Amino acid sequence: MTTATPTVAVGTQKTDGTPSSTAGRVRKRLNSRTATLVSIVIAVVWTIPTFGLLVSSLRPEDEIKTTGWWTAFTNPQFTLENYQQVLFGRSSSSGQLAGSFINSLAITIPSVLFPLAFACLAAYALAWINFRGRDWLYIAIFALQIVPLQMALVPLLKFFSTGVTLGGVTLMPAWDLVDEQKFAQVWFAHTCFALPFAVFLLHNFISQLPGDLMEAARVDGASHPKIFRTIVLPLITPALAAFGIFQFLWVWNDLLVALIFAGGGDETAPLTVQLAEMAGTRGNEWQRLTAGAFVSIVVPLIVFLSLQRFFVRGLLAGSVKG
Amino acid sequence: MEFDFADQQPKLLMLMYGLVAFVVVVGGLLLLLDVVPAWFARRREAQLVAASVSGAPITRRPKQREGLFALFFLLPTLLLLTIGLVVPAIRTTLLSLMDSDSTNWVGLRNYGWMFSDGSIVRVLINTLIWVLLVPLVATSFGLIYAVLVDKARFEAVAKSLIFLPMAISFVGASIIWKFVYAYRGEGDQIGLLNQIVVSLGGEPKQWLLESPLNTLLLIVIMIWIQAGFAMVVLSAAIKAIPGDIVEAARLDGVSPWQMFWRITMPSIRPALIVVVVTLTIATLKVFDIVRTATNGNYDTSVIASEMYNQAFRYGQNGQGSALAVFLFILVIPVVIYQIRNLRQQREG
Repeated sequence: MTTATPTVAVGTQKTDGTPSSTAGRVRKRLNSRTATLVSIVIAVVWTIPTFGLLVSSLRPEDEIKTTGWWTAFTNPQFTLENYQQVLFGRSSSSGQLAGSFINSLAITIPSVLFPLAFACLAAYALAWINFRGRDWLYIAIFALQIVPLQMALVPLLKFFSTGVTLGGVTLMPAWDLVDEQKFAQVWFAHTCFALPFAVFLLHNFISQLPGDLMEAARVDGASHPKIFRTIVLPLITPALAAFGIFQFLWVWNDLLVALIFAGGGDETAPLTVQLAEMAGTRGNEWQRLTAGAFVSIVVPLIVFLSLQRFFVRGLLAGSVKG
Repeated sequence: MEFDFADQQPKLLMLMYGLVAFVVVVGGLLLLLDVVPAWFARRREAQLVAASVSGAPITRRPKQREGLFALFFLLPTLLLLTIGLVVPAIRTTLLSLMDSDSTNWVGLRNYGWMFSDGSIVRVLINTLIWVLLVPLVATSFGLIYAVLVDKARFEAVAKSLIFLPMAISFVGASIIWKFVYAYRGEGDQIGLLNQIVVSLGGEPKQWLLESPLNTLLLIVIMIWIQAGFAMVVLSAAIKAIPGDIVEAARLDGVSPWQMFWRITMPSIRPALIVVVVTLTIATLKVFDIVRTATNGNYDTSVIASEMYNQAFRYGQNGQGSALAVFLFILVIPVVIYQIRNLRQQREG
């Protein structure tokens, strides 16, 4: 606002005020310039560790292990050998992360879709279908959000491995899954753990749709399934995207659930499990750790950067509206 | 072993099965919801036609069964929550009162063990340090940065950079920071932290081996990840403060300091509470960082990682369950506090 005059009406300007003197204007600009400088410096410092990892992952093994990554700028030597090794390496110690990458995908996609669909249906029923005990049911599901998933791990694992017997009668046989079939366990666990938050988040959106719209559809004779499919679903796409991104990041980045329900075998272990394993047993093999870490980071980073808008919206809706 | 794409086929097949199952379950449910009411409607119509033809009295239209619809919409969610969360949580509570292989009842012995065993007391103290430091530092940092960046240029870029670690897994973040903390006995340092120490004339250290410093260094990782979350939520809250309030205060000639404490802080209080509560709960459950960076060795273990070790590595189901229940108990007061706050807000 360089052309601002002191007579500008109060309230028409949102920010920046109207510094009446030249000194005031200079100070203001200086202030915002300092703020810019400081905030950029902090942002850069914040990014340095990640940047260092990326640079290191591109350096030859000997270089990584003997000199700091910052020397790469004075003595540039770059290679893709580390990625080649860590993704497709022959020895089992190299990680063979290409397989884990596929495991991560195979775990993540259904683990996002199932809770999304189920929570959507449930949230619609809780918001727009009248039935007795609706509010109590919603509160109960809402409250389940606070149960740490640690509370469910031991019995759930037992449920998969031995099934359910009540008084000598087998209600549900053991799942007895081997190798890649174990993905089903992980999907199941992730779906269960995600549902309370998913229902809560989607209910926030669905319950705010205009009631007139629903009423009009009902008067026209549309049934609940029809309203759900043709009116509600198209309107809540942003919310679906928000939850989808949340759940994607959560599942892709999860270690605990995968560790317990997928196991550490090459057939099922996702990237996080393999990396945690590598960090524990081969903690000094930085050429593999850096490249491996970057392989695991790159997908969520792309998802996150391209869909940041939805993510932030979901974050604010989920946490602030409460 | 050469990497062979053929090896990956069973996995992709399994993924296919999963997707097919998804389509069948969800599609089937929707179809069921569509077809069944339509069938009833047709039958009803036929009845009406028959009635009008024969001249019999038209039966009263039955009350629509909303409850039945709701049941079908809710069925998968309720089923999964019961099997996957409610029943296991109750079982865990019971297991915490039993011995390691869940055969004999031992009363509260597992809880007694938790508070008497020296190493577990250490775990509880570590968790306390985490829970005190992470929400406090991450929220303060996020708040300061949100205020700072509000006036700055390149706001979007700067915010994205701070926010970026949110997308990185805890495992990835731990490796990133382990590399920062890396130590070499002789020659050039490869870890940034040791390099800084050396260039300032200090001695390089094995940072992650020294208790209690190592716990603090692990906490740094968590703060690095979570500060972005605090910043984004608080920044949105600051931007939502009505412009005329700010303007009025400015016309009254308040200093920036007064502005912050008298205008900004009270306005964003609800968001601030949400951030602190969310971070507290997330911190209580922190597992991946400790497991990846130190595996809970060198006095860095916290409740969640110790729970995993007890239940899944040492086969101590009772003790592991007791730790899980304790974690749950710790979360409850935080949540009650938040609910009370929300209620006050709604009334106020």
